Amino acid sequence: MEEVKLLGFWPSPFVYRVIWALKLKDVQFDYIEEDLSNKSELLLRYNPVLKKVPVLIHGGKAIAESLVILEYIEETWPQNPLLPKDPHEKALARFWIQFGLEKMRPIHQAYFPAIGEEREKAAKQYQEVLKIVEDQCLGDQRFFGGETIGMVDIVYGMLAYWFECMEEAVGVKVIEPSILPRLHAWVNNFKQVSVIKDNLPHHGKLLAYYKTLREKLVSARSTLPTPSNHDAS
Amino acid sequence: MSRKERSMEEVKVIGFWTSPYVYRVTWALKLKGVEYEYQEEDIWNKSDLLLQYNPVHKKVPVFVHGGKTIVESGIILEYIDETWPQNPLVPTDPHARAMARFWIKFVGDKMRNFQGFFFKRAGEEQIKAVKEAQEYLKILEDHGPEEKKFFDGDNIGMTDLSMGWLAFWLEAMEEASGVQVLEANSFPRLHAWIRNFKQVPVIKENHPDHTRLVAYFKRLREMFTKPATT
Repeated sequence: MEEVKLLGFWPSPFVYRVIWALKLKDVQFDYIEEDLSNKSELLLRYNPVLKKVPVLIHGGKAIAESLVILEYIEETWPQNPLLPKDPHEKALARFWIQFGLEKMRPIHQAYFPAIGEEREKAAKQYQEVLKIVEDQCLGDQRFFGGETIGMVDIVYGMLAYWFECMEEAVGVKVIEPSILPRLHAWVNNFKQVSVIKDNLPHHGKLLAYYKTLREKLVSARSTLPTPSNHDAS
Repeated sequence: MSRKERSMEEVKVIGFWTSPYVYRVTWALKLKGVEYEYQEEDIWNKSDLLLQYNPVHKKVPVFVHGGKTIVESGIILEYIDETWPQNPLVPTDPHARAMARFWIKFVGDKMRNFQGFFFKRAGEEQIKAVKEAQEYLKILEDHGPEEKKFFDGDNIGMTDLSMGWLAFWLEAMEEASGVQVLEANSFPRLHAWIRNFKQVPVIKENHPDHTRLVAYFKRLREMFTKPATT
């Protein structure tokens, strides 16, 4: 049983993806908090290309990028599988993971620092994309993974907790129960799952973090995409 | 259905001749000796069939197996590797496998930085964009194949297929835009990799015609380059 370490940053939803996966599979690990304003030698050594968290270190070997880490965890610890067994279903799960990444990222970058009327416009765009996910991926299921949570739920987990804080910071809600009823229900169901419930950052701290971050982004507004120290995938 | 039974079902690829993403899929199938039907799609005039098969993204490649559709080349490659395990494309070592996926993702995420130069007219902006492309290529040069023959080791693998654009498309883009990006002196490892990659029989016999590709890129450039302000 080789040692597992996780380099993380407490507000990062991408880090929590990895935490949840490890806990769902009952894998013991050491968590190391990184100060991203003062990156450690460990981080720079283990993720020299991107210098971001999360980084998983297993038996001394490092893996970066949360989605890559999730696939690694799934293969290395096959108990409590997070991906469907059927290859086509698996491909579909991966498709929706990638869809979320590609479609949501630019909209999110427009939404989070938006001011005034821009906020409503960005919220509408967000809702359009989420509607596709709600209709074609979630459908009438309790979770994206079916009866129990799977990798797609974990990847979309940001929407279930972090996003509420962001919505509050922005001041315009996106996941309205009247517009996205099933996704709204999913948010509540997801947060009730014990591994998730027991592994979430402090709400008050997170809200304060996002409010401060938003203030910084709003005051430094430019058309360039915002770089991030925790991976946006 | 058993994997064996599934692997016998009909395979179809919908593609466009200039797409490196389509070639990733056809190379993978050929490397594994899998028979497939290829259907050319004109992406400038999308057919009803494409819109039906890929309603969400409306792009190629589209992969159809036993009537079921899969899109996104990276996802298709993973599916192909699982369904036809002969000549595995993904390394057996889990960490090496994770590294392969990391590089594939890196290249996918940063494609805009790699190819931005192509969409710029000659001048300051193009010079800046070429420099940026070279910065990102330097990362591949330093951390990529290292001393190995291919990105994935001694044999060609999924990462190499995903880097295929470096081998044929980049030189066509350079020629079409009149710049040199991947200089041999600055990128010896990548140049060595390109030579090795092009020698693999399946690759050697299956790639777009260089002259045709350059002509296509020249037309594309005319369509998309913003006119210089006078």
